[in-house]
Amino acid sequence: MLLKSVLEEVKKSDSAQNNILVVHLNGLLQTDDRLALHEITRQLHLENTVGDMVFGSFAENLQFLLEALRSGDETSKPVIFILEEFDLFAQHRGQALLYNLFDVSQSAQTPICVVGITCRLDVTELLEKRVRSRFSHRQLHLFNNISFMDYVALCISYLSLRDFPDQDFASRWNKNIKEVVESATVRDVLNRQFTLSKDVRGLLMLLTPVICDLSLAHPSITASDFVESFKSLSTDSKSSMLHGLSILELCLIIAMKHLTDIYQEEPFNFEMVYSEYLKFAQQHASVQVFDKAVVLKAFEHLVALELIRPMDSRTIRIQKEYRLMTLLLHPAQILDTLQKYPNCPTDIKHWAASSFT
Amino acid sequence: MASAESSGSASSRYMGNDEDLMTEIHKKILCRDRQIRMLLSFFGERKHKTPSSIFIYGHTATGKTYIITTLMHILQLPNVFSNCIECSSSRYLFEHILNSLPAGAANGENNDKRISCDNMNDFVRLLKLEVGRRQLLDETIYIVLDKAERMREMEFNIIPAFLRLQELTGLNICTVMLSEIVWEKFRVGTGFCEPFPLHIPDYTQDELARIMMLDCPGGWSTETYGNYVSLFLSVFYQICRDLRELRHMALLNFPKYTEPIKKGEATEKDSRKLWRNIEPHLKKALQTVYLREVSSAQWEKMQNMSNEENEARKSHIDVCSTRSYLELPFYPKYLLIAAYIASYNPVISDRRFFSKKASRISKRSKLIKKHERASNHLLGPKPFPLDRLLAIFYSIVEDKISPSAIIFSQISSLVSLQLLGQMCADGQIDAVRYKCLVSLDMIRSVARTVGFDIMKYLYDFV
Repeated sequence: MLLKSVLEEVKKSDSAQNNILVVHLNGLLQTDDRLALHEITRQLHLENTVGDMVFGSFAENLQFLLEALRSGDETSKPVIFILEEFDLFAQHRGQALLYNLFDVSQSAQTPICVVGITCRLDVTELLEKRVRSRFSHRQLHLFNNISFMDYVALCISYLSLRDFPDQDFASRWNKNIKEVVESATVRDVLNRQFTLSKDVRGLLMLLTPVICDLSLAHPSITASDFVESFKSLSTDSKSSMLHGLSILELCLIIAMKHLTDIYQEEPFNFEMVYSEYLKFAQQHASVQVFDKAVVLKAFEHLVALELIRPMDSRTIRIQKEYRLMTLLLHPAQILDTLQKYPNCPTDIKHWAASSFT
Repeated sequence: MASAESSGSASSRYMGNDEDLMTEIHKKILCRDRQIRMLLSFFGERKHKTPSSIFIYGHTATGKTYIITTLMHILQLPNVFSNCIECSSSRYLFEHILNSLPAGAANGENNDKRISCDNMNDFVRLLKLEVGRRQLLDETIYIVLDKAERMREMEFNIIPAFLRLQELTGLNICTVMLSEIVWEKFRVGTGFCEPFPLHIPDYTQDELARIMMLDCPGGWSTETYGNYVSLFLSVFYQICRDLRELRHMALLNFPKYTEPIKKGEATEKDSRKLWRNIEPHLKKALQTVYLREVSSAQWEKMQNMSNEENEARKSHIDVCSTRSYLELPFYPKYLLIAAYIASYNPVISDRRFFSKKASRISKRSKLIKKHERASNHLLGPKPFPLDRLLAIFYSIVEDKISPSAIIFSQISSLVSLQLLGQMCADGQIDAVRYKCLVSLDMIRSVARTVGFDIMKYLYDFV
């Protein structure tokens, strides 16, 4: 965002308009140096490119590009390299691309500027020594230190209309926005979102469903829209997945919870879970006792949902029943789900709450 | 231009104005009103920007794929549907998406050149080109990725790049990911753009019944089938909520339910009689067909047969997974038994069982055993060295046999049959340890065929 606006600003001046070349690279797209090099040649429209095809091998390409860059001096066109996801570029083999770019920028050749964008604070630690020594160590931290009042103001400014053709509607709209955002419920929602994370994208995520819900039948924003949107964003996804399990699977989960409680985070296998389940099911009439094979099928469903995870990835060496597993749920999540579970038998609730049958 | 007109009218239509489309959607998709409303509000009109990615999660058979495909079909949105199991590598995925982009308004010239593409960089570049060529620039393109959990097995950059595809290409693209796994398990590394999560909840029992009513077979009133479905759910709902499985099972067992009516023993109103008839049958189905031990076709055949006279024979038909039956030569049977004993007995007990001068078990050692935490049959097999296997083998086989090459090759063939598991310590050929991978039922039946009482030799059961 910042970089984009700066580039726009720079391009406005006449002298810069024709004399600056910008090369955009992204660590997600250019995953190795060869691809990055092709992309640079393509974006610079160098002579040996015809259309979008690049000729020549990697070595030739690099050599050519370096020569082209070295041959220039202060008078030639400056190039701005923008490297998004900079930390991913630092994971290339040998960091050859970074080394060469920094090298050119250090020596008096073509004037180039390398701008790296990353979200890792320790990104300079990733660089090799020879690369780091060529790096100018100028860093611009964009920390998000806005206060809650700024956050609310930001929210209002995002929602308000400016330069809208229908002035009358725009002013009515803006007034409504102000009223809604100032109201206590929306304040509360915003505050909760703010304490979760301060970043603006989180705010936008919150606002998008609110805006999307507008229609002819529902022309203005209300406070309940905010509440609804926040609720859908902040639901605990694992609990909601637990809600869809069958009674038998839920019983297994509770048995696993007891096992991890009793043996202090030791991994368990299916046989232990099954014997724990049997201990419970045979005492209580409300629970039907199922065959081992049926229970095993339920167990495998839980594995497929990744609610439990095998300890080791070796699958073939051991029978399914004896593979060691760990439970990936918090006890609070389980108890929480049981409260909301429709038609949950009371014995099961008691069993979950007490650690011994 | 006709096509432009139609797309224009469609775009003005579906903001909830056109009742026809909405009713069509609601007729096709039951019990999902809230989710549909949310998705439609995200989609907006064709020219509008859509959120760059939506992540839809929910259980198996809650209609994730169905909702998306039906919506896309009814609203005629330009979309690419790709299944990440079919597109097993990123290359297939890219090529599938590029080659099956909808034709859009570009009519006529269709040069069927396959586009090939093997990395993300080319994909983004070609996608821009293709979309421009097909004149889809002013519409939202939806890329639907079904079974998105498989994408985690591809390169590290695939998921983050697909999430911010809108930003990377500068096109109006929306990535819709469908998965059973929750979103928290997708996050890796840096540079992640969070998608909008949308949870598809499970169906309640009533909703399941309502949907299952749809495939009421002809010739029966919906009331009869409704009664049947509620009976059926009362048995199956406890262990299974998978709609697809439930529907399959319900249809399979319906003929049995209607049998008394056909014979004239009961009327359609006589629900108790029907229930008594069907209940044991359903319970049996739970144990056989649900686990796929008997294929559905076999099950149907069995039902037809029971219509005639041999009710008794029904249960004797061999189920296809004969769980505990194994045909082996004589010595390998003993080897397997020895391996089982070695896996499930602790080393210290060997002396007691197999020594010539076996002392009687004192009361004290019995007491000690009681205090042990869990039996070995709970913890699984333990590894053992080859020497111990052979020692036990010689002591349980009565006749004299020499350690010939055949015996050793039989051990390795047991390993290749996966009856034994082999674990090398660190690549040393003389330090191989084995585990027995056979269940107790199976080893008992093997022992019975050679007339060997294995229960006497197992530490847990003495």
